[in-house]
Amino acid sequence: MKLELRGITKRFGDLVANDRIDLLVEPGRIHALLGENGAGKSTLMNVLYGLYTPDEGQILIDDTAVEFTGPGEAMAAGIGMVHQHFMLVPVFTVAENVVLGHEPAGPLGIINLSQARELVRSLSEKFGFDVDPDARVEDLPVGVQQRVEIIKALSRQAEVLILDEPTAVLTPQETDELMTIMRSLAEAGTAVVFITHKLREVQAVADEITVIRRGKVVATAEPTASQAELASLMVGRDVVLGVQKNPAEPNEHRLEVNGLTVLDAAGTKVVDDVSLTVRGGEVLAIAGVQGNGQSELAEAILGLREVGTGSVQLDGTELVGRSVRDVLGAGVGFVPEDRSKDGLISSFTILENFLLDQHDRPPYARGLALQLDHARAKAEEFAGAFDVRATSVDTLAGNLSGGNQQKVVLAREMSRSLRLLIASQPTRGLDVGSIEFVHRRIIEERDAGIPVLIVSTELDEVMGLADRIAVMYRGQVVGIVDADTDRDTLGMMMAGVTDDPGEEAGDD
Amino acid sequence: MTAPMMAGTPGPVEPGATLRADVLGTVSWRTPITLAVISIAALFAFVLFTPSTALAQFAFTEPDASWQWPVWHAPARLVLILCAVGTFALTAAAFIAAAARKPRRWYLVVFGALVLVMFLVWVMSASTGTLRLPFLLGLTMTWAVPLVFGAFAGVLCERAGVINIAIEGQLLGGAFLCAIAASITGSPYIGLVAAPIAGALVGLILAVFSITYKVDQIIVGVVVNVLVLGLTNYLFSTVLSENPQEFNSPPPLPTWRIPVLADIPVLGDALFNQTVIVYAMYVAVFVLQYMLFRSRWGLRLRSVGEHPKAADTVGIKVNRTRYRAVVLGSAVAGFGGASFLAAGLAFTKEVSVGRGYIALAAMILGRWSPRGALAAAVLFGFTDALNRVLRNIGSPVDYELMSMLPYLATIFAVAGLVGRVRPPAADGKPYP
Repeated sequence: MKLELRGITKRFGDLVANDRIDLLVEPGRIHALLGENGAGKSTLMNVLYGLYTPDEGQILIDDTAVEFTGPGEAMAAGIGMVHQHFMLVPVFTVAENVVLGHEPAGPLGIINLSQARELVRSLSEKFGFDVDPDARVEDLPVGVQQRVEIIKALSRQAEVLILDEPTAVLTPQETDELMTIMRSLAEAGTAVVFITHKLREVQAVADEITVIRRGKVVATAEPTASQAELASLMVGRDVVLGVQKNPAEPNEHRLEVNGLTVLDAAGTKVVDDVSLTVRGGEVLAIAGVQGNGQSELAEAILGLREVGTGSVQLDGTELVGRSVRDVLGAGVGFVPEDRSKDGLISSFTILENFLLDQHDRPPYARGLALQLDHARAKAEEFAGAFDVRATSVDTLAGNLSGGNQQKVVLAREMSRSLRLLIASQPTRGLDVGSIEFVHRRIIEERDAGIPVLIVSTELDEVMGLADRIAVMYRGQVVGIVDADTDRDTLGMMMAGVTDDPGEEAGDD
Repeated sequence: MTAPMMAGTPGPVEPGATLRADVLGTVSWRTPITLAVISIAALFAFVLFTPSTALAQFAFTEPDASWQWPVWHAPARLVLILCAVGTFALTAAAFIAAAARKPRRWYLVVFGALVLVMFLVWVMSASTGTLRLPFLLGLTMTWAVPLVFGAFAGVLCERAGVINIAIEGQLLGGAFLCAIAASITGSPYIGLVAAPIAGALVGLILAVFSITYKVDQIIVGVVVNVLVLGLTNYLFSTVLSENPQEFNSPPPLPTWRIPVLADIPVLGDALFNQTVIVYAMYVAVFVLQYMLFRSRWGLRLRSVGEHPKAADTVGIKVNRTRYRAVVLGSAVAGFGGASFLAAGLAFTKEVSVGRGYIALAAMILGRWSPRGALAAAVLFGFTDALNRVLRNIGSPVDYELMSMLPYLATIFAVAGLVGRVRPPAADGKPYP
């Protein structure tokens, strides 16, 4: 089945998310759609999948124009989609999820479960997936859940399979496995659309590449193109890949975490006996697949989470047991992983957000009154220094782009003199330009001689920023290695496998 | 209490499944410690101060029954001591089970039954009256039936993602229309047809505002309750009170005695000498339980309550499914409202007296499953019935305090005593 998009335009108010996009997807080929976050890739695919109606343009299947009013019709036409956020019901079994919406049923609509299981098994075997039809989806690792999504699409005879940022949640090994799966799907005649912003993956698997920038197709490229070429097409100017930095010059300042254990609400250990040291003037990055305790570790150091046992000492001062306010006062800067939820109040202005952690002390406050003139001057100074693009500091934080929001958070945290910087997912969802900027500021803090702790699930970022890398798996630190460790080793560690047989941290 | 039956068949655990218990599991002592505390409290409250000569009298047959069992004059102290030994044995067993990380739920059920027996023996030992068990159970059914239907309504709506606070209004509306329809036609069965229609109409108001207009579901529900209350009160004081003969004298529903089954000692009369409403309840629990978890209809209904977007992306119309679930659930509650009048009682103001809210509690305690809701509703009905019976006999415990007990139990249960209680993930969230 050949799928063609002609002149697709989709507007949201004044914003043109897709501007006359043409795309041709052919059976047996892997077509990569490359673009930054916010370039309009997902909008385009939602148009194709019937979730949005295009304002202009046509969708053609085998040269016949079609119109989809909902995902049901797109599926019936043979289009399947693996969403970035899985569309699986966590409490249902694999089989139930796969057949949902097209259940094999007998009289009274009673679902024929054995037929559903058989469907899962046959597809699972065909592509070597090893998925148990009776497992509950919420109990499965993310990589397996993704396979369930693929099975779900294939069970509906999808001839075009769209994968929306499928590698965001995977370990490097799982990513490799996914690439193999994509290959075998293409060989079986499926047209695969692979949406991503990761250059390495595009090079590895794509047959053809379409680059989208600001809602427009700006180029098509061959997979033989270099990463630098692809990156400049994607961003629209030459970019420096990787982080430019000098070797670390560690000093005597220390963050020392000793035997830290944190329990979640259900009483399970989410951080399990973690010990690590970050020296002043170096970046320690914590790598790991999302949900292995990294975020909880960062939050525990700040005092946002109650610590079970263990200690956190900053230059010999104990932080455990102190309030968040005290910890911030001790000179800890914290960039939370979800800026819109934890980093900013979106209905507050930039100025108000800038004041959040210091509104009650001089020089921003005197007695009960805020010193707004002084605060405004400071906020404007830092907004300038951090290149926050807004008409004024009275702009609501919620109206800023992701990159500018993150710059506001950084400006706030770095406006104080810090003794420790913790940043969780500092560049998640940012464009390449902002990423460069954020990375540079982080390295500047390091070069000022304070310890810097980075939590990131993006291996490229970890390897670029870090002087040393700690890998977490199931709440434990599997190992701490040098920044020049190769991806494969890190990938194995992220899956819980260590070289030292005595330190086996997991079984899958 | 049963766990909600989520999956078709519990399959073997997938090898790659990251059940974190193996690495990070902790032993939960909450249940055994709770049992220990209750055991000790029961020992002090019921056993230690009961005189050795006290007798508690229980009747297992009604005085007018065709055959009679003699009234049991129980030696209170002996029975209490035996039960206390039982509670401590179960507590010990629960500690062992917890240490082995294999908590067993039936311990709790047996434990609860023992404590109940202790309570009854203790109460009756202080009274010269006789506790007539068949009467108590019959009264339990009377009190439980509207709760059961109300809880079913809650299950249907909330499984589809719509919080139904308006059960109260649906019960009331059902009772009201049932009274009028049955009075005018002179047939109680016509009343039974009218009741669900009233419930469905009330549900439709809830659906329109909460699904189409996305108003906060709890607020709409409360407003609907007040609306129905005001409307029925108004019509009651004008139309129904003006001409009670014509509009408010519903004939009683005949009871159908099922041969053989109704002769089961103690239980038979309460369960199998009943009106069609009660038999409909028996059918409903099986049908709902099976259809909700095994049928296409049930799978789709639950999917829109758990992850509406996932349902949408496989072509299920989320809001249409929710509409249907709310209207059906509300009709079920309306039908339950008819049970207030089953004995041929006239409609009165606020005949539902807050049962709709208790039904919601039963639904939660029953973990959003039909059979769990049934069990919880019967439990609540039992405590209500017990309260009334004991008040007549003369109880050493204050009546008002006693009435609190089931709800206190609900709060504890919801707080996690019966394991993890998890509502449908998208419960209460409108879908665009």
